[in-house]
Amino acid sequence: MNTLFDKIWDRHVVQQVEDGPVQLYIDRLYCHEVTTPQAFDGMRARGIKCLRPDRIVCMPDHNTPTHDQDKPIADPVSKQQVDTLAANAAEFGLTHYGMMDPRNGIIHVVGPERGLSLPGMTIVCGDSHTSTHGAMGAVAFGIGTSEVEMVLASQCILQQKPKSMRISVEGKLGKGVTAKDVALYIMSKMSTSGATGYFVEYAGSAVRSLSMEGRLTLCNLSIEMGARGGFIAPDEVSFEYLKGREHAPKGESWDKAVEEWKTLRSGEDAVFDREIRFEAEDIEPMVTYGTNPGMGMGISSHIPAEEDIPAASRESFKRALDYMQFAPGDSLKGKKVDYVFCGSCTNGRIEDFRAFASIAAGRRKADWITAWLVPGSWMVKKQIEDEGLDKILEAAGFEIRQPGCSACLAMNDDKIPAGKLAVSTSNRNFQGRQGPGARTVLASPLMAAAAAVTGYITDPRTLL
Amino acid sequence: MKQKFNIIKSTCVPLPLENVDTDQIIPARFLKATTKDEKFYGDNLFCDWRFNADGTPNKDFVLNNPVYGGDILVAGKNFGSGSSREHAAWAIAGYGFKVVISSFFADIHKNNELNNFVLPVVVSEQFLAELFDSIAKDPKMEVTVDVPAQTVTNNATGRSEHFAINGYKKYCLMNALDDIDFLLQSKDKIEAWEKANA
Repeated sequence: MNTLFDKIWDRHVVQQVEDGPVQLYIDRLYCHEVTTPQAFDGMRARGIKCLRPDRIVCMPDHNTPTHDQDKPIADPVSKQQVDTLAANAAEFGLTHYGMMDPRNGIIHVVGPERGLSLPGMTIVCGDSHTSTHGAMGAVAFGIGTSEVEMVLASQCILQQKPKSMRISVEGKLGKGVTAKDVALYIMSKMSTSGATGYFVEYAGSAVRSLSMEGRLTLCNLSIEMGARGGFIAPDEVSFEYLKGREHAPKGESWDKAVEEWKTLRSGEDAVFDREIRFEAEDIEPMVTYGTNPGMGMGISSHIPAEEDIPAASRESFKRALDYMQFAPGDSLKGKKVDYVFCGSCTNGRIEDFRAFASIAAGRRKADWITAWLVPGSWMVKKQIEDEGLDKILEAAGFEIRQPGCSACLAMNDDKIPAGKLAVSTSNRNFQGRQGPGARTVLASPLMAAAAAVTGYITDPRTLL
Repeated sequence: MKQKFNIIKSTCVPLPLENVDTDQIIPARFLKATTKDEKFYGDNLFCDWRFNADGTPNKDFVLNNPVYGGDILVAGKNFGSGSSREHAAWAIAGYGFKVVISSFFADIHKNNELNNFVLPVVVSEQFLAELFDSIAKDPKMEVTVDVPAQTVTNNATGRSEHFAINGYKKYCLMNALDDIDFLLQSKDKIEAWEKANA
């Protein structure tokens, strides 16, 4: 009661359906090419138009190649999906940032950086990582394609109100410990289903100390512990980030908006369905060793022994280690790495490339490493160039590619070959996620850079 | 596919694994399709477990074992975790499953199933363990899912449990209605909300 989640959610309730869900008004719908074609088909079949086209923004990101974007996509199926989104946006009168448009990029990177995602909003997208936008102080969550169609048709969605959880991380984060490590640490404690049914508010001094980019990373990973979404109450960090962004309010409306946003916080008397607290000093740079993001550990730790795993989970644990070619009790330090991926809606922002470059500077990429550095948007790419990071990275043997989801889910050509070990800043280490047979270790951009320059999984703190 | 639900009595396909994620239910490469043809997705349900690299059926996977079949998939805890892809629900529906029984479902996937006329039935850990046992002993044993009464019964042991579903969704399932039919009738309420919150 009286949580920030309650305040935003309750204000958006259009009606309570009898013995059913609530009808929730949606301020912003994002559409990408993968989860929307069938929703637009449904609209055509019903013969209806979008109720509020000005609240909907479309852009392709999943299928886009990360090189030669000025040329047609070679894969005809990918091309068809990207073209279908453009055609649907035109037919239904929706804003569309196509490939090569300087506003294009991964939807969850573009929304915040363009000021399209604002505090107090309800935001949805047919993508589970929509929780990212929660970092702006919004209620943002992923939905399915039928639900996309609901919003296209009525700017509303039918939902059960989730329960509320507050996760506080208190204290000061150690050297080399990033927002990604905080998220992987929380997931390792919560498991992949520990927050299912909940909307999470992240709080505490360690969370407050994160930059906006770090907060976006933390909220991005909420779904990986099952949470419907995660968010952080807006504060000066958020206002500073938003000020002057393309779609953020301007002039007098800006001052008015900030006044209102300042009220967006949980009351002193707020009651959460669940409260959890972690200590920042317990968190080290993290790696995952298994095939879900909850199977993570500090870089100094060892993979658990089989007998430490509950009986019902043992079969899944064994399958995961078989797939990863790791053994119980193993340390990951010193494992030889084949591929490094820095990018995705989790870690494809400017701060992530600054972190990567901080380790790459003055060093060389290991010969046998294939590294894909993929900015989350054209805006991030431009910032990398404006700051001269591209020069530092090129001198170290790295190349900056063009923006898109890329190797995070390998829907374009950026696939990790079967059996190869990748250190990846993305969000999922599921079997085959980065290509059939690919073995993924999730980690921060610092850990990825450390692997890229040494060729082995290496504690990045030794290189800082 | 829109269909009316009432009482379903069927044999089951057991998948006693936890955390079956949507990348396993339908790998990302099938998400490039712009079709909603459920058969296409159903043919590729659990593709990387079901087929070997050369495309031949993997004999060790349960869907390729002729001993098992039916309208009901029984899966371990936290079924459908991961991505929001509704393609996973289309694949389950397209394969022919009407019901998925588990002790826990990931949120988005659960909604996606309901929106595609696949009924997710949440049972206790104990019920689930016993059901896996019963199926292992006799693959021809049947389970009854009574939607009006909201009960699920293991007919081998006679154990029965109540399952939760909200009245609105139950009505939709029993009458083959979807949410968009409902929302399109609420335009006045939407406009009133917009006016009040302008």
